[in-house]
Amino acid sequence: MSFPLLTAVAALPAIGAVATAAVPAARRTAAKWLALAVSLATLVLAAVVAFRFDPGGDRYQLTESHTWIADFGVRYELGVDGIGVALIALTALLIPFVVLAGWHDADPLEGTEPDRRWRPTQGFFALILAVEAMVIISFAATDVFLFYVFFEAMLIPMYFLIGGFGDRAGARDEGEAAKQRSYAAVKFLLYNLAGGLVMLAAVIGLYAVTADQLGEGTFSLQAIVEARASGELTMAQNTERLLFLGFFLAFAVKAPLWPLHTWLPNAMGESTAPVAVLITAVVDKVGTFAMLRFCLGLFPEASAWATPVVLALALVSIVYGALLAIGQRDIKRLIAYASISHFGFIVLGIFAMTSQGQGGATLYMVNHGISTAALMLVAGFLISRRGSRLIADYGGVQKVAPVLAGTFLIGGLATLSLPGLAPFVSEFLVLVGTFTRYPAAGIVATFGIVLAALYVLVLYQRTMTGPVGPGVERMPDLRKRELAVVAPLIALLILLGVFPKPLTDIVNPAVEHTLSDVQKTDPDPEVEAAK
Amino acid sequence: MSTTTELTLRAQEMIPAPDIEYGQLAPVLIVIGAAVVGVLIEAFVPRRARYTAQALLAGLALASAFAAVVGLAAAGRATTEAGLVAMGALAVDGPALFLQGVILLVSLVALLTFAERRLDPRAHGRHVDSFAAEGAAVPGGEGEKAAVRAGFTTTEVYPLLLFAVGGMLVFPAANDLLTLFIALEVFSLPLYVLCALARRKRLMSQEAALKYFLLGAFSSAFLLFGIALLYGYAGSVKYADIASVIADTNRGTTEALAGTTGNDVLLLIGGALLVMGLLFKVGAVPFHMWTPDVYQGAPTPVTGFMAAATKVAAFGALLRLLYVVLPGLTWDWRPVMWGVAIVSMLAGAVIAITQTDVKRLLAYSSIAHAGFILAGVIAATPSGISSVLFYLAAYSFVTLGAFAVVTLVRDAGGEATHLSKWAGLGRRSPLVAAVFAVFLLAFAGIPLTSGFAGKFAVFKAAAEGGAGALVVVGVIASAIAAFFYIRVIVLMFFSEPKVEGPSVAVPSPLTTTAIAVGVAVTLVLGVAPQYFLDLASQAGVFAR
Repeated sequence: MSFPLLTAVAALPAIGAVATAAVPAARRTAAKWLALAVSLATLVLAAVVAFRFDPGGDRYQLTESHTWIADFGVRYELGVDGIGVALIALTALLIPFVVLAGWHDADPLEGTEPDRRWRPTQGFFALILAVEAMVIISFAATDVFLFYVFFEAMLIPMYFLIGGFGDRAGARDEGEAAKQRSYAAVKFLLYNLAGGLVMLAAVIGLYAVTADQLGEGTFSLQAIVEARASGELTMAQNTERLLFLGFFLAFAVKAPLWPLHTWLPNAMGESTAPVAVLITAVVDKVGTFAMLRFCLGLFPEASAWATPVVLALALVSIVYGALLAIGQRDIKRLIAYASISHFGFIVLGIFAMTSQGQGGATLYMVNHGISTAALMLVAGFLISRRGSRLIADYGGVQKVAPVLAGTFLIGGLATLSLPGLAPFVSEFLVLVGTFTRYPAAGIVATFGIVLAALYVLVLYQRTMTGPVGPGVERMPDLRKRELAVVAPLIALLILLGVFPKPLTDIVNPAVEHTLSDVQKTDPDPEVEAAK
Repeated sequence: MSTTTELTLRAQEMIPAPDIEYGQLAPVLIVIGAAVVGVLIEAFVPRRARYTAQALLAGLALASAFAAVVGLAAAGRATTEAGLVAMGALAVDGPALFLQGVILLVSLVALLTFAERRLDPRAHGRHVDSFAAEGAAVPGGEGEKAAVRAGFTTTEVYPLLLFAVGGMLVFPAANDLLTLFIALEVFSLPLYVLCALARRKRLMSQEAALKYFLLGAFSSAFLLFGIALLYGYAGSVKYADIASVIADTNRGTTEALAGTTGNDVLLLIGGALLVMGLLFKVGAVPFHMWTPDVYQGAPTPVTGFMAAATKVAAFGALLRLLYVVLPGLTWDWRPVMWGVAIVSMLAGAVIAITQTDVKRLLAYSSIAHAGFILAGVIAATPSGISSVLFYLAAYSFVTLGAFAVVTLVRDAGGEATHLSKWAGLGRRSPLVAAVFAVFLLAFAGIPLTSGFAGKFAVFKAAAEGGAGALVVVGVIASAIAAFFYIRVIVLMFFSEPKVEGPSVAVPSPLTTTAIAVGVAVTLVLGVAPQYFLDLASQAGVFAR
C-alpha cells in the first residue's frame, strides 16, 4: 500500500488548524508563525502531488479507496486528474499569502487586551487552515457523498471568517460594521446552505437510482460513469435532468452565477481582504470545478440539454458583473463584481464543450485565483492605510506610494487580461473555444473584456492618479511583509502569462477525458469558410 | 387421583397460569423495582441522606438495566431469538431492544442533569437542584418559604424518573393494545408531575404541567377509544390477532362480536384514533400544541429528558403499530402520514423562526424533527425502520446536550432563556457557545454531525420507498430550519455582549459529563456512523 499522499495534503492543514487553535491566548505571534509554517508545508506536499502526477497516465491518479459508511454506499475515495492537481496546487499556493497578508487582521484592537479565553487571532488562522483542508478534500474526492460532506462543511468555518473578522476599515462605527458583517455572513451561509440542501436531495436521488438499477447504491464517480458507459445504468431523461439541476444549482450558487450571485459582493465587501481572497480565489473554485467533474461527468445528456440556458446565464454574468463593477463606489465590491464577470467566463468555457473552452476554463480558475489575490490583497493594504473602502476617498496614491500603486496596476492589468499576463491566455482560450461552437456567445463575451478594461482603468485612475487626496499625503509604501505577499504573486502572473505550458500539459489530458464523458468532440473547422 | 387434584388440573386448563419470562423482562423489572425501592427510601430514609441514596440507586438501576439489554441483545434476542414474552403482551425483538437501550442511555445522561446541584446559588447554605423545595407548597406562600429555609429538595424526582423510564421501556415493546395503553399512562403520569416541579418560575411550571396533563388526558382518551373500536373490529387486543383479521386470514374468535368483526368502519376509525394518540406524544402537527408551553415551563432537565426519551418511546410504539398491526392498511395510513409529516416539517420550521425563547425554539425544532422522522416511518421498508431507529438515537443525544447547555446560562432570575440574553455569549464563554453551536449545527443537519447522518438515512429510506416528494419538502424545511439555528449562532458569536447579560454557571462534573457525552455522540455518529447504522439495521425486524 502506497503512502496516502492526497489524504496527507488535506490532513496537514486540518491538524495544523487544531494545533493553531490550541495555542495559548498570550502567544498570538506563535500561532501566526505556526499557521504560516503549516501552510508552507502543505504547499510542499502539494508540489509533491503535482510532480508525482503523470499527465500521460491514468485519468485519476494517487487514488485512495476505503469503505466509510457501507450502509449508504459511501466510500472514502480520493483521486486527482489534471484539473484537480491544478486546483489543489492553486489552493496550497494561495494560503500562505492569505496567512501572511492577514497577519494583523485578527489582532486585538489597539489598547484592548481581550480576556483569557477569547482567542480571536488563533481562531482566525485556524479557520483559514480548516477551510484549506476542506477545499483540498473537495478537489480530491471522487465519491459524490464525500465531496458533498466537505462542500457543505466548509461553509461553517467560512461563515465564522466572514462574520467574526470583518473589515475594520469599512463603516463609520463598530456597531454598524458588526451589523453589516453579520448580515453578509448570514446571507453567504443561507444562499450556500440552500443550494447545498437542494443538492442533498439530488444526492439522495442519485443513490436511489443507483440502488434501484445496480442492486447496491453507490456514490463512486468512476463506478457510476463506468456503469453508464456500459449501459448497466440508465437514467430516465427526466430523472437525469432533475438530478442535474439539483447539482448545478448548488454549484451555481457557489460559483456564483447570475442570478444567484448576490451574496458575493456582501461577503467580499465586509470580510477582510485575505478572507475575500479565500472566498473568491479558493472556495468558489470548488463550484466551477464541481460543474466540470460532477455535472458533466454524471449527467452528460442533461448537461447538453441545459447548455443553452447555462451559456445564457454565463453571458449575463459576464456583462452584468462588469457593468455593475463600473458603477461601484467601494473598491472591494468592485473587485467582487469583477469576479462575478470572470466566473461567467469560466462557466462559459466549461459549457462550450470544446477542449479549448474547458482547458481555458481550468486555466482561468487558476489564473483568476492568482490575479484576484494580487489585486485584492494590494487593495486590502491600501484600505488598511486610509481606513476607507470608498474609491472617492483616494487620489494620487502613486505619488506617495509608487510601489503600492505599481503592484495595484499590475494586479488590475491581470484582471483585464492584458497579453503577457496569465489571465490573457485563459481568457483567449475560453473565447476561442466558445467561438468554434457558439460564435454569437463569443461575440457577447468579448464585450466583457472591453468593459473589464473600463472598470479596472477607471478604478486605477480615480485612486492612484490625479492630485494627492486628503488623508493620502502621508501614506506609507508597501512594507516588507506586504512585498513578500505581492511580489511572488506578480512573478507568477508574468511567468504563467509567458510560459503556461506546464499548466496546460497537466490540464489538457483531463479535459479530453471530461469531453469524452459528454461525448463531445471539437467541431470540425468550417471548410466552406476557407474557400 | 383425588377430586381436589382433578379440580386443580381442570382449573389450570381453563385459566392457564401466566408464563412469564423474567429473564427477558429484566430491564423493565429492574427499573420498576428500583422505582418502588425509591418510594420506600422517601418514606424511611432520613432527609439528608435521600439525595445520595436516590441518585445512586437510580444510576445503578439504569446502568444495570442497560447491561441487561446488552445481555439480551448479545444472546441473540434482537435477531434470531426474537419473540414474544409474557403471553404475547410484550415483544423482545430488535427494535424493542434497540430503543430500550437508547432510552436507558438517554435516561442515564438525563439523570446526571437531574442530580446537578451546583448551578443554583446555595439556598441557606445548602446545595439545591432545579426542582422545587416542596412541590405541594403554594408558590410564594409561607409553606414554600419554610421549605426553602429548611433546605428541602424534592428527591421524589428520582423514583418519578424511574417510573417514567419503566413505562417508556414497555411502550415500544408493547404487543397488545392494553399493554400499550398502560405503558403510556405509566410514563405519562410521572412526567406530568415532573413538569410541575420547577424551582424557579413555579407558576409557569405548574401551568405547563396542567396543560400537558389536560391535553395528555385527551390523547389518552382518543387512544383508549381507538383500542375499544379495534377490539370491536377484531375481537382481540393482540397485535397479531388484529393484523390477521385485517389480512382476512381469521374471522375473529369472539362469538359475541361476530356482528362487528371485520367491519372496516371500526378499523379505520379505531386505527385513526390510535395513531392520533401516538402522534400527540410524538408532538407532530396538528397534535403539537402542548409542546412549546410544556418545554418552556418544565424544569430544563425534565424538558431535556422528555424531549429525548418520550420521542424515542413514542416513535417506537408508532413504528410497531404501523408495521405490525396495520401493514394491511398501508394504503390508508400513508397519505395521512404524508400530510402529517409535511405539515410538521414546514410548520415546525416556520414557526420556530419567530421564537424568542431558547426552550420554545427547541420545542418547535423538535416538531420539525418529528416530521423528518415521520418521513422515515412512511418509507414502510426495513431500511425505513432502521433509519428511524438511527435518527432517534442521534437526535436524542443532541437534544439532551442542548438542554443541558441551556441549564448553564443563568442570570439572577435563574436560567436566562430569552434569546436576547444570549447575545455575545461566544465572547464571554467561547467553549459553552461552541458546544451549543455544535448541537445547533447537528439539529440543522450539517455534514460531519450526527444530525446529517440521521437526516440522510431517513431521506434515503424515504426516497427508496417512493416518497421523493417528501424528501424535497424535507430539504426545503431543512433550509428554513437552518435559518433559525444559524440565527442563534450569529447571536452568540457576532453580537456584542450585553452589559447586564447572563453569566455561565460553572457546573459540577455531572452536567459536564452529560454535555461531553452529547458532543461525543454527536460527532462520532456524524463521522463514523457505520457501526451504529449496522446495529440499527440488524435491529430492524419486528417479532410478530
